[in-house]
Amino acid sequence: MFGSMVAEAWSALIANRLRSSLTMLGMIIGVAAVILMLAIGSGVQAYIEKSISALGSNLLIVNSGAARSGGGFSQGGGTAPTLTLDDADAIARLPGVIAAAPQSGFASQVVAGPANWLTQVSTSTPAWFQVQDWFPDEGRPFTEMENRQAARVAVLGRKVADELFGANDPLGQQIRVRGITFTVIGILPTRGQGIGGANRDDTIVLPLTASQRLVQGGGTFRRSIRTISLSVETPEDLEPTEEAIAQLLRRRHRLGPSQVDDFTITNITAVGDTFKETTGAISLLLGAIGGISLVVGGIGIMNIMLVSVTERTREIGIRMAIGASRAAVRLQFLLEALMLSLVGCLAGVAFGAGIAVIAGKFLPFATVISPASIIVSFAISAGIGIFFGWYPANQAAKLSPIEALRS
Amino acid sequence: MVAVLDLAGIVKDYASEAGAFRALHGVSFAVQQGEFMSIMGPSGSGKSTLMNIIGCLDTATEGRFLFDGTDISAYDEAALAKLRNSAIGFIFQQFNLLPRLSSLANVALPLVYAGLSRKEREARAAELLALVGLAGKEASRPSQLSGGQQQRVAIARALANNPRLLLADEPTGALDTKTGAEVLDLFRKLNSERGVTAVIVTHDPGVAAATNRVVRIQDGLITYDGPPTQDALAGGAGHEYAVHPEVAA
Repeated sequence: MFGSMVAEAWSALIANRLRSSLTMLGMIIGVAAVILMLAIGSGVQAYIEKSISALGSNLLIVNSGAARSGGGFSQGGGTAPTLTLDDADAIARLPGVIAAAPQSGFASQVVAGPANWLTQVSTSTPAWFQVQDWFPDEGRPFTEMENRQAARVAVLGRKVADELFGANDPLGQQIRVRGITFTVIGILPTRGQGIGGANRDDTIVLPLTASQRLVQGGGTFRRSIRTISLSVETPEDLEPTEEAIAQLLRRRHRLGPSQVDDFTITNITAVGDTFKETTGAISLLLGAIGGISLVVGGIGIMNIMLVSVTERTREIGIRMAIGASRAAVRLQFLLEALMLSLVGCLAGVAFGAGIAVIAGKFLPFATVISPASIIVSFAISAGIGIFFGWYPANQAAKLSPIEALRS
Repeated sequence: MVAVLDLAGIVKDYASEAGAFRALHGVSFAVQQGEFMSIMGPSGSGKSTLMNIIGCLDTATEGRFLFDGTDISAYDEAALAKLRNSAIGFIFQQFNLLPRLSSLANVALPLVYAGLSRKEREARAAELLALVGLAGKEASRPSQLSGGQQQRVAIARALANNPRLLLADEPTGALDTKTGAEVLDLFRKLNSERGVTAVIVTHDPGVAAATNRVVRIQDGLITYDGPPTQDALAGGAGHEYAVHPEVAA
């Protein structure tokens, strides 16, 4: 009996195609909005999490200069770095700090035989690998000894290795950076996009000493550096360590109480958390608007079901006369309401997911349509169908068969 | 043998805004298995009220009503629905087929509520359509059928669950004379060949004449119960009629 009632509910909707689809519109828009917002919300979350874990975990970045521009990596040309290698050593000795890597960077053409490639060159100490939690999966990182001796060795990002050497094994091969030859000793595993969309694998890492002596025009050995990145043991260590570094650097740089910091400390995790909270709040707001649309859609279903019950009073009377119980009549109209909401939900999921996929092509991150959001949409829609279908279905079931037949 | 219908002292009151209104003032008669009878009366006579009680669509205020030997006064709505489904076949003046459904589906509808499988329903419905002379019209919708054909579909639907009683309300009222006569012939054939008990509610003397027994009702009382004689059939409003001796007793 249930199966044939489902089939009948369906044929009732088909019989009023235009009216049914207009009724479903509220559900379609509501569900599509919810699906889209959840897809963008989880997309942003996943993107931020990936970006942060790509930077290394429990990471703090100290930049020279008070100016805070963008991500902190792009100091204006001519800004004198205020941080020194000694600052890095001092920071590394703070409690809770696992490693501190002084680093500088510049963009340069890298040449290997006939191939060449423009990439981001990072110059640092072996602590860099530890801070980034990113070790070569082929070959090895350079050692403290090699750094001190300014050995001409290089570790390549996967992208650079592929661009310069293609299918050949880069290990032991020579590359040239600004006319200086380095030997490739390691290749970093792929890490994908970082914050801002840059490809993290498009990089090479050189020993700090070698590059300061050789690449940056040789001669003068300057102990000043642009950036110190460091990792701490646990996320709880981030804030106290940030505080300790600020005190340490102010003391070391002999800054008076009235002077502003000549460095900036960035807590990537905190930045990501703030960003996540903001996007979470926005998705919640838009999701709530979708939810309101769902309720409006439910009221639309209730309205049209009441009209349908009135129009079909005689049919209800006939059904009751030939043996339909009140429960069967109620079930029939409830099924119709449920079908309106569920078919609307299905269309809404398809519509919302379609827009999410298209949006993912234009946004800097991929949208994530989670199965959970689809299941929740269907559950909510079923709830709305039953909730708003109950009253009209009950009106139908309450009819007296004699009165209904007379109409 | 147990009577299909057994009414004794049936009273029906309606509460209306103008106060209580008594539609039936104590009606008693019985219908035996295999009877073919009609209930006659002008509008307002209480014959619709009587039909609703016989059809288990309504219950009496007072009196005893046994359907197939069972007192149904204590039945709730669900039990009455089940009884209507299994034991009563309704036929209406306006056919009352569902316009969206094919004739096959219309005939099969009571079988849905009886809980039969799709296969059983369709086989049974096709068999019934053939019985009423509509083989080949299974897929037609009511709008594609003539009035006489629609009424035949309705009769097939009424027969779906092999009811104890076929209850028809002005079954020829919406048909022309010739088609009406054909439908009456079908009733007569079902009654004589298959022993179907049939009660036809009508104000048309021509229809009543086709049945074997006439119960006349006026102002909520039975004024005649007997064979369809000329006198019994010709009675219109304003005439006095002798109450049949058996009933008056």
